[in-house]
Amino acid sequence: MSCPEARSDVVGRGRKRERDTGIGIALYATMRRDLLLLLRRPSTALNPLAFFALVITLFPIGISPDPALLSAIAPGLLWVAALLAALLSLDGLFRNDVEDGTLEQLLLSSRPLPMLALAKVAVHWLSTGLPLALMAPVLGVMLSLPLGSYGVLALSLALGSATLSLIGAIGAALTAGLPRGGVLLSLLVLPLYVPVLIFGAGAVQAAIAGTGVAAHLALLGALLAVALVFAPWAIAASLRISLNG
Amino acid sequence: MSLRLQARKLACERDDRWLFRDLDLEIRGGEILRVEGPNGSGKTTLLKILSGQLMDYQGTLFWQDMPLRHARQDFLASLLYLGHAPGIKAALTPLENLAWYQALAGVDGAEAQRMSALEAAGLRGFEDLPAGQLSAGQQRRVALARLELTPRPLWVLDEPFTAIDREGVADLEVRLAAHVRNGGGVVLTTHQALEVSVPMRRVRLGEGDGHVVP
Repeated sequence: MSCPEARSDVVGRGRKRERDTGIGIALYATMRRDLLLLLRRPSTALNPLAFFALVITLFPIGISPDPALLSAIAPGLLWVAALLAALLSLDGLFRNDVEDGTLEQLLLSSRPLPMLALAKVAVHWLSTGLPLALMAPVLGVMLSLPLGSYGVLALSLALGSATLSLIGAIGAALTAGLPRGGVLLSLLVLPLYVPVLIFGAGAVQAAIAGTGVAAHLALLGALLAVALVFAPWAIAASLRISLNG
Repeated sequence: MSLRLQARKLACERDDRWLFRDLDLEIRGGEILRVEGPNGSGKTTLLKILSGQLMDYQGTLFWQDMPLRHARQDFLASLLYLGHAPGIKAALTPLENLAWYQALAGVDGAEAQRMSALEAAGLRGFEDLPAGQLSAGQQRRVALARLELTPRPLWVLDEPFTAIDREGVADLEVRLAAHVRNGGGVVLTTHQALEVSVPMRRVRLGEGDGHVVP
């Protein structure tokens, strides 16, 4: 106890080195674990995709098979259906971890929680956002989406759904401790989804009209960048609140 | 491995009811602190406060003589907490569960280590079954295997004996005693009679008040 500063300095430096090497291992293991869980329970990942396909299949039957009408509403329709499918999949993002106690352990890890939360969100995007974006062009054919806008559709959905996953994870984290948080989650998150929907559907419409697509995609990218910077901290804080509240 | 976790003037209120007030505690290496009290007397709450999870309390915590909020990183790297829920993913095998915990601690551990930890926990032959197919006691044993796998000086254990058979209880008592003899510290709650031959102090909670039993 003669020189506490010196001792704590040595301990601190040792810990810092351990942190630097450890964070990569912890992030990789968390992503790997969540992907493995999805492989064991594929229905969690398949449900939103099935929902997306069903909604898009039913629209031509319900409205009209007229290609001119369908191609006019296709961009908005595809985007809204994808957005709702992504929203559906959010509810279980943290709830299972709360129930089995692994979230408690995640919070007690000496690794930075925002990074660990980001790893979980990345898995969520890989299992919903990315498949939705890849599926959308196929469903676009059913809505006779004009040629030349398929690439933009997939790209805008890939960019936009990453933002949706990040924003949605904040809501999922806030409602993780509630027994039935589904409705509350939608109410919390939907208003924040609107800008993404506007620019996402706008990009596809611009591609059809032949005007500049770049501006819309740049705005989607900017939204994603902002979400990437701020959402992990908000998710971490929300998780702390909902577990200790 | 000298450790010291102090709590000064700890008080916690839940639903307009004091769980405890003016509670002074000290946890040092080389002894067990046992938290006692009837159901609902705040044992789990106290353990969550002492493991740095709950912020909703009055009083101050000190880790190695520094306020806990300044020494949080160091504290978390020294802590192993086992809560009510075992923290085991039902769809993963015990080996996969332990691998995640190892990685979370920043160690890229070997499978041989995990196997031997599971064997020590009495789960030989169950390593590759999904944990959901194991009994409640076996799942608890998977969680307890972490005590062996990730060496940490301070253990905070909330009802570690739940659902465990008699041999398991005896094994865990031996492990607790060995940990304490090596200079580690343990805080635990249990309704079971604890038979260990190491220094043990007790805190009694209940009737809105807590005190250290001499």
